[in-house]
Parts: sequence; structure tokens; C-alpha cells
Amino acid sequence: MGLTSNSTGRGAVDRGIDIAKSGSSARIIALAGNPNVGKSTVFNALTGMNQHTGNWAGKTVANAQGTFATQQEQYILVDLPGTYSLMAHSAEEEAARNFICFGDADAVAVLCDATCLERNLNLVLQTLEITDRVIVCVNLMDEAERKGISLNLSAISERLGVPVVGISARKKKSIAKLTAQMDKMMSGQTCTKPMKIRYTKGIEEAIALLEPVVAEEFPGLLKPRWISLKLLEGDEQLIREIEKNIGYPVFCSQQVFEALERAKSLLYENGITSDNFKDNVVASLVLAAEEICMDTVVSEKSDYNAADRRADRILTGKWVGYPLMILLLLGIFWLTIVGANYPSQLLSAGLFRLGDFLREIFASLGAPEWLNGLIVDGAYKVLAWVVSVMLPPMAIFFPLFTLLEDSGYLPRVAYNLDKPFKRCCACGKQALTMAMGFGCNAAGVVGCRIIDSPRERLIAILTNNFVPCNGRFPMILNIITIFFLGTACGGFSSILSALILTGFILLGIAMTFAVSKLLSKTILKGVPSSFTLELPPYRRPQFGKVIVRSIFDRTLFVLGRAAAVAAPTGLLIWILANVTVGDLSILRHITDFLDPFGRLLGLDGVILAAFILGIPANEIIIPIIIMTYLCEGSLLEMESLTQLHELLTANGWTIITAINVILFSLFHWPCSTTLMTIKKESGSLKWTFAAFIIPTIVGMGLCFLVNLIGSLFV
Amino acid sequence: MKLERTLCDVRPGQKVKIKQVNHCGSIRRRLLDIGLVNGTVVECVGKSPCGDPSAFLIRGAVIAIRSEDCCKISVFDEPG
Repeated sequence: MGLTSNSTGRGAVDRGIDIAKSGSSARIIALAGNPNVGKSTVFNALTGMNQHTGNWAGKTVANAQGTFATQQEQYILVDLPGTYSLMAHSAEEEAARNFICFGDADAVAVLCDATCLERNLNLVLQTLEITDRVIVCVNLMDEAERKGISLNLSAISERLGVPVVGISARKKKSIAKLTAQMDKMMSGQTCTKPMKIRYTKGIEEAIALLEPVVAEEFPGLLKPRWISLKLLEGDEQLIREIEKNIGYPVFCSQQVFEALERAKSLLYENGITSDNFKDNVVASLVLAAEEICMDTVVSEKSDYNAADRRADRILTGKWVGYPLMILLLLGIFWLTIVGANYPSQLLSAGLFRLGDFLREIFASLGAPEWLNGLIVDGAYKVLAWVVSVMLPPMAIFFPLFTLLEDSGYLPRVAYNLDKPFKRCCACGKQALTMAMGFGCNAAGVVGCRIIDSPRERLIAILTNNFVPCNGRFPMILNIITIFFLGTACGGFSSILSALILTGFILLGIAMTFAVSKLLSKTILKGVPSSFTLELPPYRRPQFGKVIVRSIFDRTLFVLGRAAAVAAPTGLLIWILANVTVGDLSILRHITDFLDPFGRLLGLDGVILAAFILGIPANEIIIPIIIMTYLCEGSLLEMESLTQLHELLTANGWTIITAINVILFSLFHWPCSTTLMTIKKESGSLKWTFAAFIIPTIVGMGLCFLVNLIGSLFV
Repeated sequence: MKLERTLCDVRPGQKVKIKQVNHCGSIRRRLLDIGLVNGTVVECVGKSPCGDPSAFLIRGAVIAIRSEDCCKISVFDEPG
């Protein structure tokens, strides 16, 4: 869940792999590897681009690229999606393979996990079939050592026929080994003789027949042996890509067509059908990997991951698994509430004092009153609110959540929740996309690519908005603090508000399940598809890095985005509130118009208007509400949450209003960025509209109900 | 006739050898990709709190597989 300027907001809308060569001399290195091997860590260490590393499959949702230089060369590093194979079974595998085939990379660095090298070699061997210029980079050597696994890298390198370097990406120094090897390869000091995979007799005979013809027909395209293999397999996707490259249909060539026919009948004679061809190929690859690792990878302790299994027995245990999940969520919320309360008050007091000071300066400069109002009461005040209200909770919540993510706990959440998701005919990996949604719903929607089945992916996309993103999270937190915590900050009341917050989040999760089920039974009918999920080893989070990274990458970035929207919106609101048409301000016209409908939902016109104006960024909803109330009432000094409470109750807010605002912020239309991303990911306006209307209906329905029930009692 | 033993029947802590993966389509390829070819030794390392999916140690990595999918993977008992 890399929440950086590249993965959230507009950046979340993926643009495919386009390489902008900075200088014509720059070398392109593709970075391939299985999920969870630390590709992003290597990528960050090399390029210094602040892309966060998640500990689960499919983290690289958009293809990242960055540049770096050694003393010898300029490099462009392309981070390919994490894949187990290059057989193009999924969109990610297809993207990775197409880049390796046709991306003009000067070399491919395949990153492997030293703690399970054998499995990783499958990808290495497949890459070797496509290109000779491969560097195998075995990461997590330190972890392997700790687990008592010793690797004879030079023997492995000899068997593979390409250079193999061992690194520990978390230690920056060891990365130098990789760059040194890249330099060597670029300068031609390394010659590679990749090993050939021996397939079964029938396949080898068929390849031998086809290979010379392919070599003659498509000279210099890709390795003829590999193209032959893929033609025999009938890989249509690759044939399309080749045709794109050579510019005419592959089977235009009579020779290729005839040779393929003969080769296929040869296969048939050897008892290899199109059904078991791929099995044969995969089995040969797996066995080759096994052979390479035999006596080069030695594990001293047979129970090297006993600690992980013990942790799993607790964290995914029958009785404690679920309670622990909820407790963790509760704990994070509690720490956020307790920790954010005081700094938030301090910040807002400071910023509003600065506002008064600004006003005085404006006055002493003889600025007209309207300018003063526009800049200080409009733009500045909304900005100050966004900063003081959002910064403290985010600065606490994000690092905490990132620690959880780094430790490897999140895949266990998906593992624990798979059965309930399966009941709803959805996929357990949806839990991971929901976790991404806590950061940013747009990133969560892009993250849905980790779900293989298109139907289940669409369900995950449509329901992602039920998890409050960082834009809505502080808003919910604030209202809870104001209306439930009160002014006191005792230990008990903060636990109480953490409980309330957890309750609302659980409601959101319950709604995700309900809507997923409903969708599966109606417009997205289907049965749950298959599911495999890797549970990576637990890793001790890198505390220092996590804190720095989550504050700079996430907190400041998200705050920056909110502020960029907040200031102009503040201006707009001030203008709307101060330009009158007839007797009333434009804003008043709008809110009066929306008021009856808002009342029906237990809200009011102002709140509804704020939610509509908040489409570009949900962060600004509360500031808009406050601004609007302030413009219409007497100008209050909003220095603390107590005063905010007074302002809201003065404008008719009750506990019912507060509940409804929280409900509506949890369930309403997604922000514009998320909608754009959904359009891009689903490729259809219909589903984008569904993503807009489903949460809206849910939210309006719930608010209406709560209002109805509330009016019976109050 | 005695029913064939599948990965479904494997309790946590037990080790078995893969006999045949009987899936078709993309899941078959995915299972093969993670190394579930004939003869691979697999150990069940745990179950999800709801009893499904189960986690298996396959060629050094822990992979969770749903019971529906396990039932189509026939296995031999691994002696010892």
C-alpha cells in the first residue's frame, strides 16, 4: 500500500509501462521477482524514490520506475509487478513478461528470496529462456542465515550460467554488490551462458523441428527456442505481441505454419496433448529448480520457521484469531485518539492565533475588509482546520498501521477472513484491498488487481469505499471525540470513543460483506473462484524507517493534497457565503434548497452541501460545514473542540445528527479520484456509476432509518 | 471402494506427497507455479480460525489453499 504521490490520487490511475529515457545513454534494468521478496526495498534503496514496501503479494500496483547512477553508468530501473511465473496467467504476469520480451531492457535483475530459493528459481528459469542478460539477485541473505540456511551462490551461478549475487536489501551497503554486477554486465565483462531447461523427449523433438524455421523467419526477435516453445503451447497472447512487433501475422509465413503443424503431430505421437503440454513444461521447470538447489542450498535446522508457526498458531488461532484482530484495531484507534487529542488542540490554538495576527497585518496594511475575509476567513481558516484536525491523527495512525503492514500481519487478516468472504462468494484478498482503503480508496481500488477473478475483483472495487480512507477517518474521529468523548480526556472516555470508532469501522466491514453477498446474488452472480495466498514470514518492522517513511510519504503527502483542495474551497465558500442574490447569500440559497432533503436524512442542508462540495477531497467536509455555520452566525474563535461542539449544537446538531454524519461519511459516494480510478480499472461507466450509487443508497437508507428511530425517542 | 486421499484430509502437522493436481484452467497453472507438481512433499501447518482455508508449507513457502481446491489434489502418505 504505497501511499505516495505516485500511488494515490491521480497517480493511482495506472499508465502502463512507459519508459522515458532521460538520456539516450541510460541503461534500462528490469527488476523482476516473486511477491514478498523485497523488490520495493531494493527499488527504493537504488533509486531513492520513496515507494513504500508492503509485505504482501501484488504490492506494486502501478509500475514504478526510477533512475540511479553508478560511477560508470546511468540506469533506469523498472519495477515489474511481483509474479511467480511468466506464463501470462494474470494481467501482472502479462505485463512483466511483455516488458522482459519487448521492453528493450539492457538486463533483467531477478530478485529471489534466499529463504525459499527453490520456488523463486521457477521465475529465474523462465526469464533465462527469454533473455541471456539476467542477473540473479538473492535477497534476504541475512534472514536465511538466521534461519540456518546456507547457500552456495557460486555453485548456483555455475549451474544457471548467469551471475548470482547475494544481498540483504535492508542493509544499504550490500546493494552495492548488485550495482557492481550491473556495471560489469553493461561493460561486457560478464558473459552469460544460461542453462537450457531439458523438457521431455517429445517436446524436445518438436522444438528441434520448429526452432530453425523460427530462427530464419523472425531473426533477432527473441530466442527462437523460446518462441518455438510458446508456439507449441499455443500462447495466443504472445503471438499477438510478436505480431505487434513484426507488423504482420505470424502465420503469414507458410514455413512456420507447416513446421508448427508437423511439430504438433510429433507431440501428439509422443502422447503430449495441448492439455498436458503446459504441465510437462511446468514440471520440467520445477524439477530443474529442485536439481539446482540440491546440495547448493543446505538447511541446518529443519524447524527454521518454528517461531513463525508459533505466531501463526496464536494470530490465526481458532479462538483468539478474530478477537485479536479486533483488539489490534481497537488498540490502534485508542492510541490515535489519545495521542491526537492534545496536539490537535495545541495546533488549532496556535494556528488561529496566527490567523488573528494575519488579520491585524491585513488591517494595518489598509486592505479592504472583503480581501481580509476572502484570505483569512476563507482560505486560511479552512486550511488551518484541515491541518490541525487531520495532522495529529494521521501522524499517529499511519505509522502504527505501517508497522502492522511491515510485520507481515495483514496477509494473516486475509487468511482469517477468507471463509466469511467465501460465504459472500468473494475473495479473501479483498481484506487486503480494504486495508489499502484505510490509506486511500483510490489506491485500494487499484490494489484490487491482486484478485484474479474479474467478478470478485469488481465486487472488491465496488465495496472498497465502505472502508473510511484517511480523508474521512479524522472526520469520523473528530465527531466521535466531540459528541461522545466530551471535553474530558480521561482514560475511560478515550477507551469508550475508541470502542465507538471500532464499532463504526466494524459496521463498515459488515456492510462490505452484506453488499458483496448482495452483489454476488444479483448483478454479479457467480460462485467463489479458487484462491491461493502466500503467508510470508513475519519480519521485525524497521521502526525508524517506518516512522520517517509514513510521516513523509503518507501524512505530509495526504495533508498536502487536502490543503491544496482546502484553500481554494475556502475561497469559494467565502465567496458563495458573501455574494448575495436577492436577500440571501448564494450559499444560503443552496443550503436552503438542500435542507428539506437533508432533514429527511437527519442531516441538514449545510452538511449535505459540504458532502457534495467535498467530492474532490473528503478531508474538507468538516471545514466546509464549520465555515458555512461561521459565515452565517457570529464569528466565533474556534480554538478547541469544546467550542466546535458549541457551534454545532447551536446549529441544531444532536447526537442523532452526529451519528448520521458519521454514517454518511462512512457510506456515501467515493471522491472524484476514486471514481476516476474505478472508471479506469473497470473500464466501464456502468460500474463507475454503480460504485457511486451503491454506497449512496446504503448511506441514505441508514441515515433515514436512524433519523426515523431517533425521532421516536427524542 | 476406498476414497482417494486428498490434501483436504491432511491435518495440521502431517506431511504428504502430491500425487496429482486435478484442477483445470488458471487455478491448475497457479498451483503448479507455486510448485505443486507430482512428488512434491507438502506439510499442513495450520488452519484458518474458521477451519478453512488451510496453510501448507510448499517448497519453503507457506501458502493458503481453500478446502474446495484441496479436495481436487490427490496425495500419497509420506512415510515418516
